Amino acid sequence: MKSNTDTATGFSSLRNPDEAGFYGPFGGAFVPEMLYPNVEELRSKYLEIIGSESFRREFLNLLHDYAGRPTPLYFAKRLSEKYNTHVYLKREDLCHTGAHKINNTIGQILLARHLGKHRIIAETGAGQHGVATATVCALMGMECVVYMGALDIRRQAPNVARMRMLGATVVPATSGNQTLKDATNEAIRDWICNPTDTHYIIGSVVGPHPYPDLVARLQSVISEEMRRQLAEKTGRETPTAILACVGGGSNAAGAFYHFIEEQGVKLYGAEAAGHGIHTGETAATIALGKAGILHGSLSMLMQTSDGQVVEPYSISAGLDYPGVGPMHAALVHFGRATYLPVSDEQALKSAHQLARLEGIIPALESAHALALLEELSFGKSDEVVVCLSGRGDKDMGAYGGS
Amino acid sequence: MNNLKKLFNQKNSGLLAVYFTAGYPEIDGTADTIVQLAKAGADIVEVGMPFSDPLADGPTIQQSSKKALEQGMSIGRLFGQLAGIRARTQVPLVLMGYLNPVLQFGLQRFCKQCREVGVDGLILPDMPLQWHEHNCKSLFEEYDLGSIFLVTPQTSGERIRQLDEASNGFLYAVSTSSTTGGNRGFGPEQQAYFQRLANMNLKNPVLAGFGISTHEDFSTVCRHLNGGVVGSAFIRSQEQGIAAREFIGNLRLPDVPNLSD
Repeated sequence: MKSNTDTATGFSSLRNPDEAGFYGPFGGAFVPEMLYPNVEELRSKYLEIIGSESFRREFLNLLHDYAGRPTPLYFAKRLSEKYNTHVYLKREDLCHTGAHKINNTIGQILLARHLGKHRIIAETGAGQHGVATATVCALMGMECVVYMGALDIRRQAPNVARMRMLGATVVPATSGNQTLKDATNEAIRDWICNPTDTHYIIGSVVGPHPYPDLVARLQSVISEEMRRQLAEKTGRETPTAILACVGGGSNAAGAFYHFIEEQGVKLYGAEAAGHGIHTGETAATIALGKAGILHGSLSMLMQTSDGQVVEPYSISAGLDYPGVGPMHAALVHFGRATYLPVSDEQALKSAHQLARLEGIIPALESAHALALLEELSFGKSDEVVVCLSGRGDKDMGAYGGS
Repeated sequence: MNNLKKLFNQKNSGLLAVYFTAGYPEIDGTADTIVQLAKAGADIVEVGMPFSDPLADGPTIQQSSKKALEQGMSIGRLFGQLAGIRARTQVPLVLMGYLNPVLQFGLQRFCKQCREVGVDGLILPDMPLQWHEHNCKSLFEEYDLGSIFLVTPQTSGERIRQLDEASNGFLYAVSTSSTTGGNRGFGPEQQAYFQRLANMNLKNPVLAGFGISTHEDFSTVCRHLNGGVVGSAFIRSQEQGIAAREFIGNLRLPDVPNLSD
């Protein structure tokens, strides 16, 4: 088994896990035997399938013609003036369905078809992944069941309506805080009960190996495009820094992916502090968590001293998760990336600011990344890319039109 | 020799293991429940360590776990409750639970306390086989704790052999592709799976679990395998105030009804 902590090769190997799914000390596949055949089938086939010529061709075609890629890298002039630096927005909000989530679901539905599966299940928090999954299921004519926390169903009503219109069955998860963690539990239970005909499209870089790596690879199109677009706009492929929000961490993984080995590029993740990291109402996993197992992988986890998972809180349903992808835990562990907590209030302020300065209403999740511009300071000639992971249509209730 | 091995030396059919959630329904009723089950004729008692996110469990065990945790249950408290249990019963005791609380308690500390209170075996369903090999095997051996792995109808023959090899106590055959507490009766497909396991001449006794709630279910698995595990059905009976003796009596009804009584 190859090591991925070899300092001689720098951090390049942190991009992908070893054969057992470990990024340094984090990752793995901690699943009960009922899930082992499903996970093992995926593990033994995913690299060959997603690396094949036919998969690549179909994937890239759909990203281009259906999802609307490449998404623009937009130089945000007024935002740049405000922070006295160069701010670029990677416009994932312009993807079909309104967020980066479609990159992953297109890849995974093609993978599911290669595996001969005809029923798709997914979990969703803000509903963006649920919509992206329902969309590709409609496209491929596959049955779609989306698990969503009952609280999230109430606070993200427009996305629930979209999923239903697309033909998906939305099943409320009524355990725990009735948010993303609970929806994920229910999706995993469904997979236990339906091990042969069903593919589980996990929406983030979480879950048992190979999901974190699979989702990171499918989302890596974000940073692949960023490199090319930066070169066109600035003459250099690499920016000073990349800012992205992190719940499970899929848009951050995609935005960081092709820069992880470029030590000169600073990587910043914004996690949801909720009301504040010391209020008990927060989802800042890296600030508050310690190593633990949830949903099949060993990563950072918000938990009690008895090892019980702590219920998270964030205004943003997409970041309201007590864990984080093992790749991010490893990036922290090896000092390659920095993760900072951003409160509900800071995120709301940044969302309103972007709306007024640039005419773009960001998703609440993405607004957490924008808030880092306030927290960090950059030089006049620096180039900072913010991954604008989604649009804010679904969040008008929280924004209140004020 | 630990009590599990003693049991299997004496008996290899009709084995009944009963699972309940520690700290439920009453937080400090754990030891009494074990004693009642032993007196009522359970061959093995499986004590569930509650976890906040029990992925493999159906509604009954989700609820019992939630309630136990709300009442303040923890692994530390469980060891307190189990101290002195060996003065009351010699029934083989198996702890079952998800890996994370055990890891946070400390693996070595956990094994040491298991031995001190007289635990005989462990079922940690989300512990990967390879991880067990590297991190647990020698510790479990040092503290004379049997490792009990799960197999399912989807598990390949080759992997069943590996899991049997790694198990030391019994092998836990998950009856159907489902979370705990589901299922209604065992059809020909499940019976064929039980018989396939029986025909493999495995090193360990095989007990089937998940979805056993009636006398008929229990006698079906006992026709093929060494015994069965009952969990959710017992917890539901606790909630209805049914005594352990009555519950086990009903499961073990003689096959021919005794009309003279």
